[in-house]
Amino acid sequence: MADLRSPVARVRGLGSARDGTHHWWLQRVTAVALVPLVIWFAVSLLRFAPEGQAAVRAWIASPVTMVMLILAIAVGLWHAALGVQVVVEDYVHAKGWRIGLDMAMKFIAVIGSLAAIVAIFRIAFGG
Amino acid sequence: MAEFALPANSKIDRNGAAYPAPSGAKRVKSFKIYRWNPDDGKNPRIDTYDIDLADCGPMILDALIKIKNEIDSTLTFRRSCREGVCGSCAMNIDGTNTLACTKYIDDVKGDVKVHPLPHMPVVKDLVPDLTTAYAQLASIEPWLKSETPPPERERPQSPEERAKLDGLWECILCFSCTTSCPSYWWNGERYLGPAVLLQAYRWIVDSRDEAIGERLDQLEDPFRLYRCHTIMNCTKTCPKGLNPAKAIAEIKKLMVARK
Repeated sequence: MADLRSPVARVRGLGSARDGTHHWWLQRVTAVALVPLVIWFAVSLLRFAPEGQAAVRAWIASPVTMVMLILAIAVGLWHAALGVQVVVEDYVHAKGWRIGLDMAMKFIAVIGSLAAIVAIFRIAFGG
Repeated sequence: MAEFALPANSKIDRNGAAYPAPSGAKRVKSFKIYRWNPDDGKNPRIDTYDIDLADCGPMILDALIKIKNEIDSTLTFRRSCREGVCGSCAMNIDGTNTLACTKYIDDVKGDVKVHPLPHMPVVKDLVPDLTTAYAQLASIEPWLKSETPPPERERPQSPEERAKLDGLWECILCFSCTTSCPSYWWNGERYLGPAVLLQAYRWIVDSRDEAIGERLDQLEDPFRLYRCHTIMNCTKTCPKGLNPAKAIAEIKKLMVARK
C-alpha cells in the first residue's frame, strides 16, 4: 500500500503513548536492588557450596536465606523481563512477533520465578 | 522479524572507477568515495580518486570540491558554508560521522573513506534523504511557546537561566549524531534520535518557554524517547563537541521528577 501521508503525519503516527517512564524507572529500581542481592548470593554460594548438598539445603531452609533467595530470584527475573522487553522492542519490528515474544518472555519469567519459589519451599518445609 | 541480510541492491561494488593522480604529484592520498546514481539502475560502488595534497586545501571538503571541479563533475554532495556552521556537508569520513569542512585530511591515516550518513535513504552519492529527520524536528515544535501576552520589550532571562542553553543552542542540525545511533537505525521512524531530542531539551530548559509539560507529554513514549540506551555514539561523533546523550538523560530525569 502506498503511503501518501506527509512526513510529519508519519512521524506523529498515533501520538505519544504517555508511557515508558514507569518501565525505565522500575528497571533502575530493580538494578539497584540486585546489587546487594547478587553480592549476598555469590558470597553465600562460595561459602556453602563446597560443604556439600546437605549444607546447602540447610542454608536454604533458614528463614533469612529463604526471604533473600526469593527476593533475588523474583527481582532478578523481573529485571530480566524488563530488559528483554527492551531488546524485543529494539530489534523485532513485526508487530505480531513483538507482542507475541514479549508475552512469551513474561510468561517464562513468571513461571520460572514461581517454580524456583516452590522449590525453595519444598527444601525448607520438606514434602 | 529483524532483517539479517542486506537487500541485493545495497551490495557495494568495491572496485569502481579509479582516477590516478597526475604525473609529478608530490603528496598523493587516495579518496575512496561511495557512489550511487538512482538513474543508472546499478548497485552502489566505491570510486578511488588519487589526489595530490600539495595542490589541495587542508580539509576533506577541499578535496571533494577539487574532485568535483577538476576530476569528476558527477560527484554529488551537499555543502554550503565550508566553516562548520551550516551542517550541510555531514558525512561518514574514515568511519565517523562528521563535517567534511572541519575534518583535516591529515587527521585520516591511510586511504580516506567517504560514505553518506549511515542508514538513511540515499538520494545520490553522498546526499542522504533527511526528510524523516526534518519531520521529526518539526514534530517537537522547536519554537518558543508562551501564553503570557508578549511584553513591550524582550522577554527577560537571567544570566544563569541563559547559561542553561549553552551546549544546546550550538547544534547545527547536521544529524551526524542521529545517524550514528543504532537505536535510530533500527527504529528511526518512531525514535526521535539524539539531534531532535537535544532540540526538544533546548526548549524544555528555556526559562521563557511555558509549554514544558506539554513538551514532556509529547516525548513520553517508549519509542520516541526511551529507545535511548545511553551508548554515547552521539556524543562521541558530534562535530560541534556537544553532548546529546546528556540532554536525553536530563529529559528522562524530568520525566521521573514530575511523577
